[in-house]
Amino acid sequence: MTSLDAFSPGGTPQTSTEHSAGDDLATGHSLILENIRIDQGSRPLLSLNTRIAPGEVLTLMGPSGVGKSTLLAYLAGLLAPAFSGQGRVLLNDRDLSRLPAETRQLGLLFQDPLLFPHLSVGGNLAFGMPRNVSRKKALKGERKATRQVRGEAIEAALEEIGLAGFADRDPTTLSGGQRARVALMRVLLSRPCAMLLDEPFSKLDASLRHEMRSLVFTRVQRLGLPTLMVTHDEADAKAAGGPVIELGAQY
Amino acid sequence: MRLFSPTVRTIPWLAMGLLSLPVAGGLAGVLAPALGWLPALGGNELTLEHWRTLVATPGLADMVRLSLSAGLASALISLAIVMLFLGAFAETRALALVRRLLSPLLAVPHAAAAIGIAFLLAPSGLASRLISPWPSGWETPPDYLFPGDPWGLGLIIGLVIKEVPFLLLMSLAALPQCQAQARLRLARSLGYAPVTAFAKAVLPGLYPLIRLPIYAVIAFASANVEVAMILGPTTPPPLAVAVVRWINDPDLSMRFVASAAALLQLGVTLAALGLWWLGERLVASLSRTALTGGRREAGDRLWAGAGGLTTLLAVLLLGGSLMGLVLWSLAAWWPFPAALPSPLSYHAWQGALPGLKAPLTQTALIGLAATGLSLLLTVGALEAEHLRHRGMAAWAELVLYLPLVVPPVAFLFGLVQLQVQAGLAPGALAVILAHSLFVLPYVFLSLAESYRRLDPRWAQVAASLGHSQASLFWRVRLPLLTVPILTAAAVGFSVSVGQYLPTLLMSAGRLSTLTTEAVSLASGGDRRLTAVYALMQLLLPALGFALALALPRLLMRHRSGVLNP
Repeated sequence: MTSLDAFSPGGTPQTSTEHSAGDDLATGHSLILENIRIDQGSRPLLSLNTRIAPGEVLTLMGPSGVGKSTLLAYLAGLLAPAFSGQGRVLLNDRDLSRLPAETRQLGLLFQDPLLFPHLSVGGNLAFGMPRNVSRKKALKGERKATRQVRGEAIEAALEEIGLAGFADRDPTTLSGGQRARVALMRVLLSRPCAMLLDEPFSKLDASLRHEMRSLVFTRVQRLGLPTLMVTHDEADAKAAGGPVIELGAQY
Repeated sequence: MRLFSPTVRTIPWLAMGLLSLPVAGGLAGVLAPALGWLPALGGNELTLEHWRTLVATPGLADMVRLSLSAGLASALISLAIVMLFLGAFAETRALALVRRLLSPLLAVPHAAAAIGIAFLLAPSGLASRLISPWPSGWETPPDYLFPGDPWGLGLIIGLVIKEVPFLLLMSLAALPQCQAQARLRLARSLGYAPVTAFAKAVLPGLYPLIRLPIYAVIAFASANVEVAMILGPTTPPPLAVAVVRWINDPDLSMRFVASAAALLQLGVTLAALGLWWLGERLVASLSRTALTGGRREAGDRLWAGAGGLTTLLAVLLLGGSLMGLVLWSLAAWWPFPAALPSPLSYHAWQGALPGLKAPLTQTALIGLAATGLSLLLTVGALEAEHLRHRGMAAWAELVLYLPLVVPPVAFLFGLVQLQVQAGLAPGALAVILAHSLFVLPYVFLSLAESYRRLDPRWAQVAASLGHSQASLFWRVRLPLLTVPILTAAAVGFSVSVGQYLPTLLMSAGRLSTLTTEAVSLASGGDRRLTAVYALMQLLLPALGFALALALPRLLMRHRSGVLNP
């Protein structure tokens, strides 16, 4: 654990993915959505008021066009200018609503894996990892050591998703399922306090979908991450095992 | 109409020929005289004597240094401004506003922008008037050398002002191609601050897509003549200006030296590109660890502020230049510290009108002809792509950039020598073809994206209704593309209006256009008349853009689906 503490932002030790296989440490955060309302111009899209417990997966079901992805964009702080949103997003009692996207610590998993083509597989994972030692403080030898620690953490993360030895590979040489797993690991390595899943399995074929579902849901449960998933696939909701909210089109 | 497909399929080859043959032929046309062979001028044997004369020219090293530094510095500054702007304003409303302002900015001819900068920043220019007598305390114009400072700073400013809109336009077109929005969102959701997210997640994907335009910018800046004549130092001038001086030397034997110097210019431009390429490698290897180092924030506010500031500065410079031009053209008497001339008068315009008629008509006719030819070849080439169901090969794109990367002063002068050797008279036809070399790439770049993005189902619907390929092209694809085609035409026309060197060289100085007149007036002392010509140079392309905007709205006012696809 000591070598990995360095990765925690702001010094709060959390479970590392390397140890997560054995640990059942919950972070204890709840994601609270308080009177959320999304409008497109003057047209109301949806409203939501709910609380997601640590490790719980709340599924939002609904046909395309009701604004599910827009809701996630609002929660993550990435709402497009054409929409407007109101209501508070809280992690326990920390209000995220006014924070910029990059400080919210909400892990977003997209429909597409979006692995950066200019980085290797390991580079993509490293992109998600927080910085460990500030450059100014790092002496030469120390910097080398931190690079080695990062390298080991990447290797461990790859091993955990069955891709040991893939660090130097070009992401375009991976299969669809492998890419999805790397994308998931990249989010987890960024140490989110909650997860937002935007139809994460819709682009995978049936057999991979099953495998990815259990991979994602066991991870978020083990790490105690409150999770909001939007989907239009009922099997996703069933596999998640949590509460389901059905959204109908509102006009 | 059975000839439609075969005809269209030959057009890409015609376009390739038009772009590559003159460049290749022109380079051959300077190579021979540079080695002493030009029978028309009595050069019958191969010799290196002219190279010796060239090397012995006083100030040659300074000329080369100026060309190199102008090329690299202006490209670097422009790229930095564009990237800082995109990093600071990606995903904001400011970006949408700037996007709308871009085309008119691009239409400002280089010479007009350079004249505007000269009038703005000169010791007695608008900028120093605005701060005089308070707070500067100047009662007479301050004593500094501008335009024509020995370091070429004025030249670099003039080039940057024109290159920023071009690089910005090319970047905006490339952003969706590299999934910029998704990359940015992903990086920000992983905790990266906005500018850092842009630099680490978007830039590595964006840069390869705008590499060719950047190379075109470096090549242009290192070999440009008209901006350098207006804003650059004079003794010694940048190399390309010296080449033009030698070409126009009454002593015809100087043409041998000019040929050698034109080849040297090619070498200098290639060296600038090579240095840039090395810089690319260096940055790539230095940034490799930083990209994956996990640092979420690196002076983000500072960079965003710099992005806003530099953009504001560029806008102020352009706006100030235009303002200065308008004021000078309306000035009768304008003593130094006064910020505004009074009284305003139409005198300069009235005086200029009789002389304007000939250059105006010639500019318009040459522009229309070159644009027409380029449009024909562009639409043909794009339609051929559509018929073959595959895009342009990578080498074809390189050919497209050939006239933009090879220094015009080198290959155009070679064409002139071939013309002389073949005994052909210089004239309008040669000028139009030479203009097309530079108009065609811009028309193509402007139209290609819209043409390729047109929903293929329109063609499928028409084909299933029994229409032939030809009917489909004339009755479906062309009308649907009215707006982008007219915009591309306006871009092409503005490029042609701005051309200086092709007109000068290919007509042997016999045809005068607004640009050639404006450039030669700029070196004289009559600011009022110069301002009138620079403004006319601006107005003509502006008229083109206005027509491109208004015509479809007038002709298709009941077809709003075509206007707002």
